[in-house]
Amino acid sequence: MIIKQLSIFLENRTGSLTGVTQLLGDAGINLSAFSLADSSDFGILRVILSDPEVAKALLTEKGYTVTLNDVVCLFVPNTPGTLSKALILLSENGVSIDYMYAFAMKDDMARVVIKPSSIERCIEVLQRSNLQLANANDMYDF
Amino acid sequence: MIWNESNECMGREEMRELQNRRLRETVERVYHNSTFYRSKMQELGVTPMDIESIDDLTKLPFTVKTDLRDNYPFGMFSAPMSEIVRLHASSGTTGKSIVAGYTRKDLTTWSEVMARTFAAGGCNRNDIFQIAYGYGLFTGGLGAHYGAELLGASVIPISAGNTEKQVQLMTDFGTTALCCTPSYALYLAEAIQEMGAKDKLKLKRGFFGAEPWTEEMRREIEDKLHIKAYDIFGLTEVIGPGVAYDCTEQHGMHINEDHFLPEIVDPVTLLPVEPGQVGELVFTTITKEGMPVIRYRTKDLTNLLYEECPCGRKTVRMNKIMGRSDDMMIIRGVNVFPSQIESVLLEFGEAAPHYHLYVDRENNTDTFDIHVEVRPENFTDDMTSMLNLSKRIEARINSVVGIHARVKLVEPRTIERSQGKAKRVTDNRKLY
Repeated sequence: MIIKQLSIFLENRTGSLTGVTQLLGDAGINLSAFSLADSSDFGILRVILSDPEVAKALLTEKGYTVTLNDVVCLFVPNTPGTLSKALILLSENGVSIDYMYAFAMKDDMARVVIKPSSIERCIEVLQRSNLQLANANDMYDF
Repeated sequence: MIWNESNECMGREEMRELQNRRLRETVERVYHNSTFYRSKMQELGVTPMDIESIDDLTKLPFTVKTDLRDNYPFGMFSAPMSEIVRLHASSGTTGKSIVAGYTRKDLTTWSEVMARTFAAGGCNRNDIFQIAYGYGLFTGGLGAHYGAELLGASVIPISAGNTEKQVQLMTDFGTTALCCTPSYALYLAEAIQEMGAKDKLKLKRGFFGAEPWTEEMRREIEDKLHIKAYDIFGLTEVIGPGVAYDCTEQHGMHINEDHFLPEIVDPVTLLPVEPGQVGELVFTTITKEGMPVIRYRTKDLTNLLYEECPCGRKTVRMNKIMGRSDDMMIIRGVNVFPSQIESVLLEFGEAAPHYHLYVDRENNTDTFDIHVEVRPENFTDDMTSMLNLSKRIEARINSVVGIHARVKLVEPRTIERSQGKAKRVTDNRKLY
């Protein structure tokens, strides 16, 4: 249920992002989810990829500043109101959300990556309501 | 106008005699009242008996800024606290301030040398002085204030900042003489233009110092404000402003050498240079009681001019400062050492910080940008706290150094490493 996500510090300049993607691509690492949080001077790149520990070691060796964080990936049917229900559920049970990113195609289940204030509580609440959570090996090999 | 003809126009022989006597008195004073100077002299095996004339200066020890920092707060004084009536402070090389103490007689001396400064520019009791140097621990505001008051002028103690009010009072009060930093003068000039006040002003002269400025800047100030711009030189350790000043010839600043003995030494060997050669400016105070300094190394580079000045004054002149022999910068009037920045950055992580300082000038105001590499221990996935990190560093620098800097976090390994001593500063201001 716990998904490892890599966070990478990136300066706000041309080539910053492609530096990372090229490095990972050349090393045969596959990206499953990608989100870039930006500010005027720098950004935090958040990635879920096929080999989180390998990627972390590789990036650190090349001089990047990285941390590994725990997130969950929730599946919700791609219909109106489903996300709202899930979020209300979390809110009522004292789980707040630091950030999230999501995507869905028309006939697909929506995938919602959530960084909660408490990962254990979040998992507990969502599972209790029979909401489907991704397993780590749905996204990458351990 | 010459404020003190007998001293400012004293013949060289007579001046020498005066200096000899005053030097002997000062050496006696520090030897018997300052444990710092007594132990320094004992280390060299020198006693007051060995100092008969200014030729014996080279027997005496040097004093540097770190001596003042190490003896914070009052260890450099040669008078008991009951006789110290004023304290001023300015920044040292790291954290701690350097403190200056003045007796009543010192304040009289200070007013005297400042009155000479303003009279040399042609001011008198009919002038209205706007003192826009900061009042407070900084020596600029109060130093200029008491000098202008002694001169008999009408003094407006407005201090620095609040530009709109500066222009308003300048217009309403009919200010004739302006005292502030050269960069603030340019800033004021823009404001005056914008506020449409230019034709309403009665400004005639300005006395600018506390930071280095070029001939180009002087011309710009004179053009924009329609005034004569005079250079003044001083430093807290010696007295504050009032150490040297322009006369109407503006060909080097006259040093008040009846109070402050100048020397030029080679910054590496510390030996006196040939007359007229450029080197590091050193001062020995010969009338101060509270905190006399012996052979204080200013780290400013210049040369002395001995030829007679057409103005009639016979005091030796110093050229404009040409550079520094250390890495101190003056940013918006504040002394900033890279070592101070480094010590603040060290507070935020264990590893040695990799940083670069960028100093520039935008709209006549100095800008100060610090690029520092993110260290692993500082990085979290939390955007808010990462943004806060630069703000916290900025707050700390403001608190420790006294200046607002803009801190930018950069990726590791983006700041150039160097083999020897790192070049940490890029100063694009072209001040020298």
